[in-house]
Amino acid sequence: MNKRITNILLVGVGGQGILLAAEILSETMLLAGFDVKKSEIHGMSQRGGSVVSHVRYGAEVFSPIVPEGEGDILFGFELMETYRSLSLLKPGGAVVTNDLRIAPPSVLMGQEPYPEGLTDRIRARFPDLLLLDGQKLASEAGNVRAANTVLLGAVSRRLDIDEHYWLQAIEKMVPKKALEVNKKAFLLGRASDWSKP
Amino acid sequence: MNKEILSGNEAIARGAYEAGCRVASAYPGTPSTEILENTVNYKEIDSAWAPNEKVALEVAIGASFGGGRALCTMKHVGVNVAADPLFTLSYTGVNGGLVLVTADDPEMHSSQNEQDNRNYAKFAKVPMLEPADSQECKEFTRLAFELSEQYDTPVMLRTTTRISHSKSIVTLAERVSGLAQPKLVKNAAKLVMLPGNARVRHPFVEDRIKKLSEAGATMAINRRELRDTSIGIITSGVCYQYVREALPDASTLKLGMVHPLPHSLIREFAAQVDNLYVVEELDPFIEEQVKSMGIAVTGKELIPLCGELTPGRIRSAFGLQQPQSVSEEKLPGRPPNMCPGCPHRGVFFALNQLKAYVTGDIGCYTLGFMPPLSAMDTCVCMGASIGMATGVSKVVSAEERKRVVAVIGDSTFLHTGINGLMDMVYNNSPSTVVILDNRITAMTGRQDNPASGFTLMDDPSHSIDFPLLCKSLGVKHIRVINPFDLEQTKSVLQEEMERSETSVIITDKPCVLVKREGVFQKGPAYTVEVERCTGCRACLKIGCPAIEWRPSGDGSKKGTAFIDPLLCTGCDVCRQLCKFDAIGRAK
Repeated sequence: MNKRITNILLVGVGGQGILLAAEILSETMLLAGFDVKKSEIHGMSQRGGSVVSHVRYGAEVFSPIVPEGEGDILFGFELMETYRSLSLLKPGGAVVTNDLRIAPPSVLMGQEPYPEGLTDRIRARFPDLLLLDGQKLASEAGNVRAANTVLLGAVSRRLDIDEHYWLQAIEKMVPKKALEVNKKAFLLGRASDWSKP
Repeated sequence: MNKEILSGNEAIARGAYEAGCRVASAYPGTPSTEILENTVNYKEIDSAWAPNEKVALEVAIGASFGGGRALCTMKHVGVNVAADPLFTLSYTGVNGGLVLVTADDPEMHSSQNEQDNRNYAKFAKVPMLEPADSQECKEFTRLAFELSEQYDTPVMLRTTTRISHSKSIVTLAERVSGLAQPKLVKNAAKLVMLPGNARVRHPFVEDRIKKLSEAGATMAINRRELRDTSIGIITSGVCYQYVREALPDASTLKLGMVHPLPHSLIREFAAQVDNLYVVEELDPFIEEQVKSMGIAVTGKELIPLCGELTPGRIRSAFGLQQPQSVSEEKLPGRPPNMCPGCPHRGVFFALNQLKAYVTGDIGCYTLGFMPPLSAMDTCVCMGASIGMATGVSKVVSAEERKRVVAVIGDSTFLHTGINGLMDMVYNNSPSTVVILDNRITAMTGRQDNPASGFTLMDDPSHSIDFPLLCKSLGVKHIRVINPFDLEQTKSVLQEEMERSETSVIITDKPCVLVKREGVFQKGPAYTVEVERCTGCRACLKIGCPAIEWRPSGDGSKKGTAFIDPLLCTGCDVCRQLCKFDAIGRAK
């Protein structure tokens, strides 16, 4: 097996389903026969704070956190959080981000504006960018809350793992009543057009 | 064999199960909480929340004395609370194995200090194991039970947040069988620690540590890995993983037992490498002991004393090049916030308006210190708010004394706040205490407590009656209020703050996150009538995440408020702030 480790970062706001997406991703890699480690901090982040989850897989993984500037893929659930975490990526890394803005407290209170033009600013640094309307695609799949699985589907395009491992992991991790919607959401994301620039 | 991806905490629970553990006892605390939330899934383990860490350890001690294997878990600062029984437990030793997990929090992701609890193992003279991934969390837990019985000692297992909350692959095994059935056996010389008996036990404790240090030289968990011998690094826990990542060619001595240190193994390793280093988070715990052995070693000159390590920090320390990354720029922060519909919000709004000096405590409500509520002035440790209010009232002027209010949650009050209230009444303090009773231990993720009416195993149980409890402590003025009624909240606070005797105000609305049926009920959402909204921003002063300021877009400072119907729980607080009747129920 190749010694290279693949580093994926999932970022967003507490409550967006980031932890479940990271769980499905990790489970997929276990099923596909890799060593895998996943790390994030929970606790106060449950209260709407920023969340960063690290998933690493390969033949043998040591650190559970992605070393600074070595991320291969940044998988963002919210635009400003995606932008905030760009420094974790390696030069030439790939970005998949949800086209969603969630105002933090200072913006809600009208003390400062939500930053403008984030998509262009992300693309200027990392041209390999896929912008997805996760909420819209999730609604098409049957539930707006499945946006996390849509995004996971898009990320799966860049990882050379057989589709059946992904679906098997979704079956294991997602509660039964939400399973069909999540499978559909995953495949909608996986069908997104993300060619290398 | 069955493989699963488990967090360190899940793996410790699994390890306890496999080791034949019968009792698990804890008070919730990040990052340790999920251990008991997982032992409860094994029906062979009697898992229960205790009201505080001292009681949790005492329950485990009883189970051990009775002959059963017992697990007790807590966060690092919890060990401060449990330290009293711990230090004497070291003398008595155990009958059934006893494992005490301390989950430390370098970087203080969710804590008020970053004390290094390896010092407790040395201080209490008990062995401490430190796993480096989830597989080791499981194996070390099993081993800790065995060592506990073999050496007649409690064994501490130390994790850090990165071990507790990271997931990695674990191979599962069966639960051990054939452990003796626990039964009552009298043994006063060992279990009654009066001076005469304790004096006999102390030399045993000293001898035990010496024996463990010698045994450590051949324990498989203390592992020497010789690679390039120009650099040799002594390390343990998650730091081992970071060292392997940052310096893959360096030789390592990975310590699975960080107290007592295996002196002979350290000497051998030191002799095999050209330059010896210790890479450890927080205190120079290993480094100082290695230096006291007369061995030259480099540690904290290079490695930071504060915060977590990362592979990058280790690379920097060893002068290696860092990958180039894009520069940071200033973005609006995203701090945690009280939830929409949180019953604490109105109380802090009123305290702010009354210019109260608020001695605070540990829980979600500590967020009340943040703008715009800005209504908490102190926060030290669990249960401290009430004692601090008594103390500050002793020294300030009679006029200022009226502004002093202690604020404490239900779970924190039952943890150690109750003693403070006893003192307040006993010593005639004029202070006011607000018990924010939201029926749950919310901060750590909604754990039940003695006032919530259910046990960890979800059995119905007695629910403490706070007014009755306060009355029995001697509090004469007890008021129960609806914290969503701003006028009532403010006027009751004002009346009780004026009073020259101890008074207690109890809020009685549940946490919005309580899932149990019939506890929290979401009301119809509110909406802003844009035509009536004057843009006065009064509703923004409660800092509710469901309310957003929408600028008019013409470049002026004008705008209107908007309420997100998905986030709004219909708590009604913002409506009471609107002087223009612009906020009403959505149609």
